[in-house]
Amino acid sequence: MNTTILLLLAQDGVTNGAIYALLGFGLVLVFAVTRVILIPQGEFITFGALTYAALASGKLPGTAELACALGFVAFCVEMFSIRHQFTTGRLVRATALYILAPALALVLAQFACRGTSSATINIALSLMIVGPIGLYLYRIAYQPIAHASVLVLLIASVGVHLALQGLALLFFGAEGMRAPTITDVAASIGPLRVTGQTLAVYIVAASLIVALWLFFGHTVYGKALRATAVNRIGARLVGIRTVLSGQIAFMLAAGIGAISGILIVPMTTIYYDSGFLIGLKGFIAAIVGGLASYPLTAAAAVAVGIVEAFSSFYASNFKEVIVFALIVPVLLARSLSAPIMEEEKD
Amino acid sequence: MSQRWSIALFALVMALFPVLPGIPPFWMVLLDNIGLAALVALGLVLLTGVGGLTSFGQAAFCGFGAYTTAVLTTSFGLSPWLTLPASLLVTGLLAVVLGLITVRLSGHYLPLGTIAWGLSVYYLFSKLEFLGRNDGISGIPPISIGSLKMMSAGSIYYVIWSAVLISSLLTLNLLDSRLGRAIRALRRGHLAAEAFGVQTARAKLLVFIYAAILAGLSGWLYAHFLRAVNPTPFGAQAGIEYLFIAVVGGAGYVWGAVLGSGIVVILQEILKSEMFSALGEGQLEIVVFGVLLVVLLQAAPGGVWPRVAAFWPFERRSDKLPAGERLAARPKVDIAGKMLLEVQGARKQFGGVVAVNDVSFKISPRQIVALIGPNGAGKSTTFNLITGVLAATSGKISMLGRPIIGLPPQEIVRRGIARTFQHVKLVPDMTVLENVAIGTHLRGHAGAIASMLRLDRRDEARLLAEAARQIKRVGLEGQMYQLAGNLALGQQRIVEIARALCADPILLLLDEPAAGLRHNEKQQLAALLRQLKHEGMSILLVEHDMGFVMNLAEQIVVLDFGTKIAEGAPSEIKSNPDVVRAYLGVAA
Amino acid sequence: MTEMLLSVKNASVSYGKVEAVREVSLDVAPGEIVTIVGANGAGKTTLLNSIMGILPFRGQVQIDGCRFERLDIEDRVAAGLFLVPEHRELFTSMTVADNLVLGGFRTSRSSATAALQRVYAMFPRLKERRLQLAGTLSGGEQQMLAMGRALMGEPKLLMLDEPSLGLAPRIVADIFTIIGDLRAAGIAVLLVEQNAQAALRIADRAYVMELGSFVLGGAASKIAGDPRVVASYLGFEQGMSHQETAS
Repeated sequence: MNTTILLLLAQDGVTNGAIYALLGFGLVLVFAVTRVILIPQGEFITFGALTYAALASGKLPGTAELACALGFVAFCVEMFSIRHQFTTGRLVRATALYILAPALALVLAQFACRGTSSATINIALSLMIVGPIGLYLYRIAYQPIAHASVLVLLIASVGVHLALQGLALLFFGAEGMRAPTITDVAASIGPLRVTGQTLAVYIVAASLIVALWLFFGHTVYGKALRATAVNRIGARLVGIRTVLSGQIAFMLAAGIGAISGILIVPMTTIYYDSGFLIGLKGFIAAIVGGLASYPLTAAAAVAVGIVEAFSSFYASNFKEVIVFALIVPVLLARSLSAPIMEEEKD
Repeated sequence: MSQRWSIALFALVMALFPVLPGIPPFWMVLLDNIGLAALVALGLVLLTGVGGLTSFGQAAFCGFGAYTTAVLTTSFGLSPWLTLPASLLVTGLLAVVLGLITVRLSGHYLPLGTIAWGLSVYYLFSKLEFLGRNDGISGIPPISIGSLKMMSAGSIYYVIWSAVLISSLLTLNLLDSRLGRAIRALRRGHLAAEAFGVQTARAKLLVFIYAAILAGLSGWLYAHFLRAVNPTPFGAQAGIEYLFIAVVGGAGYVWGAVLGSGIVVILQEILKSEMFSALGEGQLEIVVFGVLLVVLLQAAPGGVWPRVAAFWPFERRSDKLPAGERLAARPKVDIAGKMLLEVQGARKQFGGVVAVNDVSFKISPRQIVALIGPNGAGKSTTFNLITGVLAATSGKISMLGRPIIGLPPQEIVRRGIARTFQHVKLVPDMTVLENVAIGTHLRGHAGAIASMLRLDRRDEARLLAEAARQIKRVGLEGQMYQLAGNLALGQQRIVEIARALCADPILLLLDEPAAGLRHNEKQQLAALLRQLKHEGMSILLVEHDMGFVMNLAEQIVVLDFGTKIAEGAPSEIKSNPDVVRAYLGVAA
Repeated sequence: MTEMLLSVKNASVSYGKVEAVREVSLDVAPGEIVTIVGANGAGKTTLLNSIMGILPFRGQVQIDGCRFERLDIEDRVAAGLFLVPEHRELFTSMTVADNLVLGGFRTSRSSATAALQRVYAMFPRLKERRLQLAGTLSGGEQQMLAMGRALMGEPKLLMLDEPSLGLAPRIVADIFTIIGDLRAAGIAVLLVEQNAQAALRIADRAYVMELGSFVLGGAASKIAGDPRVVASYLGFEQGMSHQETAS
């Protein structure tokens, strides 16, 4: 085996792994707070990537309109659900959140794609569009069945995934898209070439880990989200709005998915359905982390990236077979090492 | 209308359907597809809805069934009827391999594990040379009976729907049996089932294989229906759809599988064809499908079947007492003069925390012993050590002089120690009778095949009669046919006692039996326990109601922080200064 | 007539076809201890949960004269109504301190700091164990934490569901002392207890619940002397003291 190849594969694996780690965090976050296994995470990647790519090429991204449409549906659902408890305050909040916010993003996007906007603005705008989509999805699809079993929520996730994938095709077409790199800086360390883009991947992944750690460990709101995850009833009894926690978790996850997409799209062409398979790898990392631990998820994500890089080099035909089959023993090990406790099944 | 007649009516309608004049051939294709999906979903009803094991991987088993017959018929020229057992065998064997791993996965790892191997198998189908890679295998011969080749959708229809009906009946029979009760108890955690001798891992593996074989059968039919196979219908998407079918129909209901596949297959067809092809948007169909899925779950999270069944005039099960011969009692061993249970220096550590600290005590035959102490003192842990739920870190526990430490719970209940739980562990959607009958598990013998073929009726009648007898004994005969979940918590504890009595124990372990009972109910319970003692049983109980304990127990063991701080007759305990300080407080 | 802090009118709760609570009305005045006694399964927990908004019900709930039956749990919490549920519902994998901090989730930061000092003063054990995970506490400490967490929210009315359940008699005595202290601090308490004797001794007023309805109501001392109550709820304790004198 050649050391250079080894290093290159390792680098490739770590870069992909960092992306998978981000996705894994989103999944862990959402599952912890809402018990939803977020299959549509893949679509948030697609949306983020394609929105950013569209803005960068001066086109109006379809997701801006999608956000408005979903916001409107969410508004209707909200109005219907509070019809017996109607207050002006609630109307104002709902209008701002579900109607005005996406409308503002749409207007800004129209401005942005007319002139040449900087990468920073495009990234911010992409997040402003995709993040709320996550929130609206929670309001529309999950909030009404928030108390259902994990299985029912999982199936609902599948429905949302299918719908979003179809919508992605509708809004972006079957053509793939690629965006320019964020910077063209590159440096060589021995045989390795570290581009600005890969560097950005590492930096974003690392800083998000730190940010999530600070948020959940050291802020009251982060603790409140954790508390929602630990005990929903307990959380409501101290006045934490678990519905709001769920919405925030979904918005954060959609934002994380979008960031991953934005990081990937300059490196590889993204199609309307590319997100799903990428998301699945993050999913594996999250599973290995037990859908609970952020550091374990990060480690597992890097491992998945490396296994994938090596198996695509040595047995490219069976890359997926290997990646997915390797999960099973890991799951088994986790199951057996988990303390024997009678979980209260729902 | 009884269930039997409803099924007969359904079979008749399905049989007459193809001969009705004016049925478009396309409808037959649709019905065939519904039947094929229903077979897989039926397996999922048992696996996921009843057994609580969520699987996204059933499409892989369809694939095993389909590819087996495809290879054997095209490459080796075997007749489809010969490949049927081969397909089922291959599916079954692979299910054993995958199942041995899968049923050991806990919690959410299980569904996720099935996604993982499901995807793996799918990619394997699409990469392996001898399975034709992505192109698959074509030229598979049709099923034929004599000279009748079942080339058309209308002719294979009868084969498919016979398979669906027979499988449904076998599944219903299985669920209504000794093993069925064990399977139905799995979803609520395995502790209670194991405490009455159910080999939970084996039961899980059984349903896993059963579901896989149904999927394999569906795959075999599919291969001969389309006469070609390729990897696509056995991928992740299909696996998800099967689970979706089961959930939409109502996971847990056999007929929900049929209804669910009807709904989903027809819905997909409508979306694919008429409305949306007109719009020229090929992809809108999947959007609408996804949206409908979410809406359907919001409208009926428990599935559609229970809603439909509510309108159907099913006859309620008769309320008469089950009759059957008496079960043989445990052979009498001479216990006079021996110690029934001896706990010597039992210790349990969880990490650095010592939950039970070298505790020793004895129980004689026909003795009622109480274990008291504050919550967290190690009382329930002691119960778990005795019943084999937890392995002791050190120490000895023996019953009638024979060591029982290290034995699994199933073996300990076989030796005659039965228990109740502090947090009631009944299956809420089973009747009191069925719940109590789980206690007789070790006293019956019928296996899966016998249950499916209804050869277990005599055995079954004996078990139910015993369960009814014990329910009467604890005074709950009025609630026998109520769902256990509808009883007050105090009554549920009494149901647990009846369940424990069904195991014909010589030592009964009761964890807070009187909690939630009123004064007069407590007196009745005390009378029952004295009666049991009088009949030769020993009882070890944990209880907080000091009045109850002091009046009933002959010997009291007091635990505090895992350590025994006192032991003796109630009068000694009441005045023991350590007990007063640690537990009772000033004036007991 | 004094303004009632909590006023429930004609509350009914059904599980499917089973009516667990039937047309129950009750009042709690500021700074008063009211207890509901009755056997398990009588509907006491269901009633508390429905007043809190965890369970849907028919009827009226007024807090400080404002109607609340259509508002969420969180709104009732904001109005000063707190429940310490039977299962305590602690954040078991978080520290004692975090549990308490979250108890003050809706209060301002400065008042939360002051509340934390008060809670630590009331339950010194919690201060000792503030860095321990809530799940590792003993039963009595968990009950204290659950009460402390609720007190962090500066309640006007604290509803306690079976606070003595599963605790050593010695700890139960401590808990009841603290309930008495709450009254002194001006917090009203609605107490559901199986330990009818202790509950009736501490309460100002009492209701007796059977099969989903109130069958008796009035001053606690009067209820404690009612022969029916003595027979079905206090009998055993008396039986025991009788036996003690005999032995």
